Amino acid sequence: MNWFRKIERGLSRNDKRDMPDGLWRKCDGCGEIIYERVIHRNNWTCIKCGYHFMVSAREYISMLADPGSFTEMDSTIRSVDPLNFRDSKKYTDRLKSAMKKTGLSEAVVTGTCDIGEHPACVAVLDFKFMGGSMASAVGEKVARATKAALEQRRFLVIVSSSGGARMQEGILSLMQLAKTSAWLARYADEGLLYISIMTHPTTGGVTASFAMLGDIIIAEPGALVGFAGPRVIEQTINQELPEGFQRSEFLFDHGMVDMVVPRTKMKKTLVDVFDFFGDIEKQVEEKQKPAILKTPPHIEVRADRGANGPASGNRE
Amino acid sequence: MEAWLDFEKPLIDLEKQIRDLESLADAGHPEIGEQVEKLKRIADKKRRETYENLNRWERVQLARHPLRPYSLDYVSMITSGFTELHGDRLFSEDKAIIGGLAVIEGHKVVLLGQQKGRDTKENLSRNFGMCHPEGYRKALRLMKMAAKFGKPLVTLVDTPGAYPGIGAEERGQAGAIARNLLEMSRLPVPILVIIIGEGGSGGALGIGVGDTVIMMEYAIYSVISPEGCAAILWGDRGKAKQAAEALRLTAPDLLQLGVVDGMVPEPTGGAHRDPRAAAESLKKAIVENLDTLARTPIPTLLKRRLEKYSSMGTYIE
Repeated sequence: MNWFRKIERGLSRNDKRDMPDGLWRKCDGCGEIIYERVIHRNNWTCIKCGYHFMVSAREYISMLADPGSFTEMDSTIRSVDPLNFRDSKKYTDRLKSAMKKTGLSEAVVTGTCDIGEHPACVAVLDFKFMGGSMASAVGEKVARATKAALEQRRFLVIVSSSGGARMQEGILSLMQLAKTSAWLARYADEGLLYISIMTHPTTGGVTASFAMLGDIIIAEPGALVGFAGPRVIEQTINQELPEGFQRSEFLFDHGMVDMVVPRTKMKKTLVDVFDFFGDIEKQVEEKQKPAILKTPPHIEVRADRGANGPASGNRE
Repeated sequence: MEAWLDFEKPLIDLEKQIRDLESLADAGHPEIGEQVEKLKRIADKKRRETYENLNRWERVQLARHPLRPYSLDYVSMITSGFTELHGDRLFSEDKAIIGGLAVIEGHKVVLLGQQKGRDTKENLSRNFGMCHPEGYRKALRLMKMAAKFGKPLVTLVDTPGAYPGIGAEERGQAGAIARNLLEMSRLPVPILVIIIGEGGSGGALGIGVGDTVIMMEYAIYSVISPEGCAAILWGDRGKAKQAAEALRLTAPDLLQLGVVDGMVPEPTGGAHRDPRAAAESLKKAIVENLDTLARTPIPTLLKRRLEKYSSMGTYIE
């Protein structure tokens, strides 16, 4: 009897998996039950309350990249187990199950694409792969994406969602913060533009490195963004945290992000900024013209970067 | 002082007993001499047994030892002059980190060091060596001063971690650390980093990117505290000992992993057993490394610094 079985299932598992897979989804924000395809069409946000569902790295890329323009890079880079780490499970087993669960080789997907016809490099973290944590392989892929953007004069976009460091790789995980930041410094030195997008949640080592180093920093609405996780802070100061603490809007109020942008407007926001700063490749061509090198420095800057001032750079 | 660790205690008691007997012998009881010699041999054996076979958790405790020399202790012992400079020019003065102009054996350097407190009162003002964003911004201000005037930067790392608190988050703890990582990777002066005690994750790395990174023998450097790791992965803070083993956070471990370039020997039993000897050892390492770095042209240093951090991590492709 169908209704009887439904009750049984409801007793044991009272969550969204009650619904047939891939057809309907319950909004974690307002509880509304929505047709999956409608959520998809709305860039994985709730049509009723605007709640942002967690999306995979590939789904996020499909929202930003012009159709058919994405080429993945370094897809064969995988983690190893340098410390032979074992807690309740072996690290290698955790890696295997993360790969199986996500179909990814690691917690970040990187590649080149066009965004509104502008050449870009993207790196998108996937929270479902061990909490988007910073493995050596993750740091390496982000660093290489930055290097590729530098060499090919592309805009750089990194979309973060991460619980922080990958503890199973110990100190080697921490060193990825320095590695990625060092490459971003080189990228910035070239006068190139990097946009960081922070989604729910972005904490720990990822926030304390590339996520906070964008020329422009964008957060999705309601995303938890911080250095320390709320539980750690609560235990340290021994008091309850204020409502909305460490959410995107809180960071915005404290001047830590340029804008809070819903996913439905994310691509347009990027394209507007890219349009403003123009075609990076064109700037390089002009930079390489010998005639410009002979003109006084201040004119050179105007000539190759336009009247609106420097193209970018988090130089100070 | 009741600050001794459990595994130190028997040795400390034995040493006290030897000292007592020695003064008795000096006071006209020569027959005690033989007994003293015997006890000394026992003490030597005990010392070897204790310190040659320290497990990682014991090393963690040594790195955090309440009697261990802190940054300002070393500054007073290794510099011939130190002018401390204060404030980030933006928000406040963070006493969890000290900085200033130091002269070490003729080397004029800008020196930064995380500073723990010796007692409760001092720890309140030093915040147990846990910096707020203003601490990292003060550090950055002084790094830029070093770059402006072409002075090498020496940093002493000793922190449980960057402070996890409301104000720290409001004022951008993560961004302050990230900014330092970026700027240190391209700072056009030699950077020498020494982990002198606790290297607590991002809070340590925030002043810890350099051309040469070395560690005191009983210092630790880790992505997370053993207690924090145990709480997350074992679901029990009490499993810190296992976590410490798994994290591989001691100086020999980090040398083996290629994360640090050298190890500064400490007196047997740790720096706190003979702070002067520890300071001499540290000073020697600083001077040697500064000499080497000073001979290298800046563009070469910057190129090598990028290569150094690019090569960190293990993966397959």
